[in-house]
Amino acid sequence: MVKSPKPPKSEPAGEIDAATGVETTGHEWDGLKELNNPAPRWWLIVWLMTIIFAVGYWVVYPAWPTLDGHSKGVAGWTQYNKLQQDQAQITRRQGVYLQRFHVASFTQVKDDPALYEFARAGGAVVFKENCAACHGAGGEGRRGYPNLNDDDWLYGGSIDDIHTTIQVGIRSVDPDTHSTLMPAFGAILQPQEIDDLADFTGQLPQGVPAAPSAAWSRGQALFATNCVSCHGAAGEGNQTLGAPRLNDAIWLYGGDKKALVETITRARAGVMPSWKHRLSADDQRMVSIYVHGLGGGE
Amino acid sequence: MTTTSPASPQAAPRYDETIIKYFTIAAMAWAIAGFVVGLLLALQLAWPVFNLEPWLNFGRLRPLHTSAVIFAFGGNILFATSYHVVQRTCHTRLYSVKAAWFHFWGYQAFILMAGLGYLFGVTQGKEYAEPEWYADLWLTVVWVVYFVNYLMTLTMRKEKHIYVANWFFLSFIVTVAILHLVNNISLPISLVSVKSYSFWGGVQSALIQWWYGHNAVGFFLTAGFLGMMYYYVPKQADRPVYSYRLSIIHFWSLIFIYIWAGPHHLLYTSLPDWAQTLGMTFSIMLWMPSWGGMINGMMTLSGAWHKLRDDPVLQFMIIALSFYGMSTFEGPLMSIKTVNSLSHYTEWTIGHVHAGALGWVAYISFGAIYYLVPHLWKKPGMYSRSLISLHLWISTVGIVVYIASMWVAGIMEGLMWRAYDDMGFLTYSFVETVQAKHIYYIIRAVGGGLFLIGALIMVYNMWRTIKLPSPTAGAAAQPALAAAE
Repeated sequence: MVKSPKPPKSEPAGEIDAATGVETTGHEWDGLKELNNPAPRWWLIVWLMTIIFAVGYWVVYPAWPTLDGHSKGVAGWTQYNKLQQDQAQITRRQGVYLQRFHVASFTQVKDDPALYEFARAGGAVVFKENCAACHGAGGEGRRGYPNLNDDDWLYGGSIDDIHTTIQVGIRSVDPDTHSTLMPAFGAILQPQEIDDLADFTGQLPQGVPAAPSAAWSRGQALFATNCVSCHGAAGEGNQTLGAPRLNDAIWLYGGDKKALVETITRARAGVMPSWKHRLSADDQRMVSIYVHGLGGGE
Repeated sequence: MTTTSPASPQAAPRYDETIIKYFTIAAMAWAIAGFVVGLLLALQLAWPVFNLEPWLNFGRLRPLHTSAVIFAFGGNILFATSYHVVQRTCHTRLYSVKAAWFHFWGYQAFILMAGLGYLFGVTQGKEYAEPEWYADLWLTVVWVVYFVNYLMTLTMRKEKHIYVANWFFLSFIVTVAILHLVNNISLPISLVSVKSYSFWGGVQSALIQWWYGHNAVGFFLTAGFLGMMYYYVPKQADRPVYSYRLSIIHFWSLIFIYIWAGPHHLLYTSLPDWAQTLGMTFSIMLWMPSWGGMINGMMTLSGAWHKLRDDPVLQFMIIALSFYGMSTFEGPLMSIKTVNSLSHYTEWTIGHVHAGALGWVAYISFGAIYYLVPHLWKKPGMYSRSLISLHLWISTVGIVVYIASMWVAGIMEGLMWRAYDDMGFLTYSFVETVQAKHIYYIIRAVGGGLFLIGALIMVYNMWRTIKLPSPTAGAAAQPALAAAE
């Protein structure tokens, strides 16, 4: 297929191309001809430079397979060494703080501004990678997933409480998990009663109305009988039981009539995994401090 | 029959052109399908609500898009042009037109087998080699028929020498066959199961997959389309090829070096260091051999640069060569380990691929089709030259918007992924990098949409051209007449 640049004598002689003054090779296919230009010199030079670079690179870095392995390169470079160097640099940056953090109590961390900043920064990373999927990138929550910026805490908002919740989870597989459940009142009360109860509960944040409706009054009585043992006489909630506060206008599953009727009828049982075995002890503590510092910590 | 070369002493044979028409029409039909799916994917990335479960979710449509544009659009137009070029430059008809018809219908059947498989979730999970064993076997049969038909046509040639375009087409046909056979060795669970298991495993499987994947780019999308370029650029410019010697050197260096460069897809993985080094260094040495084709194509216009001013078809071809040069510089650049550690797994790669796919592969194909349609259907020219220009400008803006948005998004997310703060913590979480890309995803979808609109204009122009009244036999011998406005 390859022929020499200069056609042998037996072949048709090239002609001179009028536009460029360059000779053609003398061949023609379907009217197509070829000029006999040389390959551009700069092209050959740059190509040669890339080849020299490649050969030099082979000398310095691991390159060619041999009978007993491969050429190692004079630099002694391997990607595993490179990885370890990079990781060591990261570990060194964290190391200064991490040793102190590891042995400090939550109180000691809060009293040490530099250490507290470190814990918040590390906690933010843990939060964004592990918690944000449900609670939102800013901890803003959404339906069924609590907002972590407000001061409404189901199981307590101190750093220790938050730490415990992160460790054991909610209705998780952990033996110590928060496991309390609200009964589904659909099997206990009549639909009309649930309707009244929803009317009353929905108005709890507004306090006692000036002119209570009949439904509200019936709901009040039902609330006293069925709900106060967990949610408290004024709907103030109970963190030991994980019973939400009902008089703060913060609703995990919605505060409109329809949502409340559904909650009372079927109850809710949201879950959060236990992070005890998923995160390192330091990460669990850092993310507890971060969540506590989001704004609503007690 | 239409054009005879005046210098040739032989009478032109009656070329087999109907088969070329079919391949051309099929190429444009699949192109539109592939571009539409591409746009849908772009919208899905910007707004996940566009995922229509389960058949039209991202995971199933992605291989549908890549296969439709590479193998259905790219394949059909390579077949059309290779059958056209081999007949013309060998001054002979096809060895077997029956075999070519088997090739045509067999290949469309392969596309349907593969595409329907994707929609139903059937895949080998190998990028660009997703079709399962039964489709692979069928493709092997079709491809061997193509190879034999092409080779026998070459041997029947009336010209003493083989024209350069045919070297590239033949290297494409042979190499793709080898790549396909080796990468797809697998054992089906049973003869009635669509599922098979690969013969290759572990890092060897990854290396073979990227030897395949990279050389699908090298021989399907580069060598094949360079073959196309070597015929249609000098034809459209009506100039001799710039340098015969350059074509020899860059052909042999391109096919020799390309085949080594696959491991650059696996930098900083479990692939041994030495194999990574070879992949990177051969990619760098590939830069100039790739550029040889660009130089030879562009310099073919020397002495005729003025034609570029008002011939939109030539403009398509020269823009194609520019994008070819740009992306074959960008490729070696991205194969350098330090650059790759930033660019790998980012949108930059997507931008790079589309600079080559939209800018080079699609554009040189559009140029060839705009040349072919009036020739094949014996019309004085395309229906509207203004519409060719409109297509050119809309889709060029689309490509630039596409790749620029992906450059920005890719470099941004690469920098975000690696950012550590003073205390040794990652600065950004993964989801924050996704959020930051949202606007660029929207811009990319706009770019892709413009490219699709341009292609639809082309289809309309083709349709109107084919519907033009045929001129008398005497006028048909002048296909290069100025196009009707």
